[in-house]
Amino acid sequence: MIFWIFCGLALLLIISPAVAVVISVLVKAAPAMRWSLLTNTTGNATDPGLQNAILGTLVLCLGVVVVAGSIGVLGGIYLAEFATGRLGSVLRSASEILAGVPSIVIGLVAYTALVVGLGWGFSILSAIFALSLLVLPYVVKTTEVSFSQVPRSLREAAIALGLSRLTTIRKVLLPPALPGIISGLVIAVAISTGETAPLLYTANFSQSDPSAALFHNPIGYLTYVTYTYVTLPGAHDQALASAAAAFTILLVLLLIFGGRAITARQSRIMARLDV
Amino acid sequence: MILVRRRAGGVPTGPARVVRTRTHELTGGDRVFRWVSGLAAFIPLAGIAFITFMLVFWAIPAIIYSGPSFFTSTKFFIGNFYNPDFSVVNGIRAPFGATYGSLTFIVGTLATSVIALVLAVPISVGGVLMLSEWVPRPLEGPLSTFLELLAGIPSVVFGFFGLEVFGPFLSQHVYPALSHLGGVIPFFKGSWAYNGQGLLTAALVLTAMIIPIIASTTRQLVKRVPVLATEGALALGMTRYEMVRVVTIPYVRTGIIASALLGWGRALGETIAVLLIIGMTSGTPVNIFGTTSTLASEIADSLDSALGDATGMAVRALAELGLLLLVLSLLTNIAGRLVVRRVSTEALPVGRGI
Repeated sequence: MIFWIFCGLALLLIISPAVAVVISVLVKAAPAMRWSLLTNTTGNATDPGLQNAILGTLVLCLGVVVVAGSIGVLGGIYLAEFATGRLGSVLRSASEILAGVPSIVIGLVAYTALVVGLGWGFSILSAIFALSLLVLPYVVKTTEVSFSQVPRSLREAAIALGLSRLTTIRKVLLPPALPGIISGLVIAVAISTGETAPLLYTANFSQSDPSAALFHNPIGYLTYVTYTYVTLPGAHDQALASAAAAFTILLVLLLIFGGRAITARQSRIMARLDV
Repeated sequence: MILVRRRAGGVPTGPARVVRTRTHELTGGDRVFRWVSGLAAFIPLAGIAFITFMLVFWAIPAIIYSGPSFFTSTKFFIGNFYNPDFSVVNGIRAPFGATYGSLTFIVGTLATSVIALVLAVPISVGGVLMLSEWVPRPLEGPLSTFLELLAGIPSVVFGFFGLEVFGPFLSQHVYPALSHLGGVIPFFKGSWAYNGQGLLTAALVLTAMIIPIIASTTRQLVKRVPVLATEGALALGMTRYEMVRVVTIPYVRTGIIASALLGWGRALGETIAVLLIIGMTSGTPVNIFGTTSTLASEIADSLDSALGDATGMAVRALAELGLLLLVLSLLTNIAGRLVVRRVSTEALPVGRGI
């Protein structure tokens, strides 16, 4: 009986941090919320806002979807459809090992290789590449899983019809697998939204809105505002940090629940497909 | 000829794979696509190789400079940039007075992660067992949502929470009680920072961060325990506690160890939350509440000042720290994944903030 009391306590301890963090962040940010957060940049002397940070985060996420999305989806398709035996397991293990590399290490390597080595300077592209390397394993894995979960009957029908591999993948396998792939991309975006360490020395930070230049062009992002301004003593800065934390967590929550909705829809589609 | 292969183990995770064994059945377009996607699939492998190579290449001068004192010295000082003299050791030139000793960080990293692990494993396993045995089915969904929520909270938000809410709470309400243990355990004796920054606070926040990893893996494993065995135990008259102890735990034991290793890997690499909470001082902490530093947080914190080093040695020393961190994380991660290979993949991807 004591055991189950302990277990109940443990369950409470698992649930409470999530609740505590979300609620305390939102409570601290509530007094700081105003419309000027969305229209002013952090550089604004009288009334700093979060416009550059929010736009910067969105730009970085878009970049990650493009880069990690294309590479990851193609890689996942290869692992699911073409890779057999040793080669497949080696590539899969490599992907999982990459998932275990700490984000600051990826940031450090991106700094030495891209910012300094290739001379790109603090730039959007260095940041996007660092983030993409970080989230690549997740996109690859979810794509591979989505493809392998397409029912066998569909594949057999395609073979019976004499379709080429590419046509099978494109027309027969991709549509049912698409929701899974999209949920993988949503996870990737959620991770990118919350990351700070790899961006510290690749994107640096910019007090103005993002511009189109890909190189030598620092960009702002939400998590930096929280990370830096929380250690500053001024009340304005603390308010900004709280607001940025609230926006970050709201964005991540939106993405998590959106991703779950997509996955739920997919399992309904899959259930209909199984002949 | 078409070969239909089933995955070994009889695990019902999706249909069998249809694999073509004759490549001349591929059309031209197929081949091009296979090449392009193969290249894409190769990129994670290339990425790891590149990361390792870059770190080793950048760290070599620092390794030569520090030698074994890297592991034994607690002093990490990137040197006096304003002094026109340089320190030259083993032929490598570094700023005056630079010593790169990482013992502080190694101790800090291991202490925070081990404490977090020791706390997180029982809590996760206990909570999951509660969830699977006692919680009614309708509540299970919302509760697992909380788990996913916890996994998704970004590291910087945890840091913010720790610095603004949790740290002060601990320092005012919990640590005074804990310091009474100081009579028995000398490491608990002493004072602490007003805002709670220190080793124990960081370890507690790390616990919250690795609980989702261990809990979600354990949950999948517990679901896989054969129903015949569990219900047979109950039919024999065992209480639920005895059933858990005799049937469930032995089944999931290896998996728990594996997920603990994965969680450890995550805790080792955690940067921003630790940076904000642990106080970032050099030297080992005086007591368990004391401030210190970890490998990951030191790299993130010092890179800015290291950029001002004209000899470039400071960045190389940080690369050496990064190499050590990489080796530690990879070891725990690979060990964990070797032990659990067949955990189903629909749940949270482990390792990052989600």
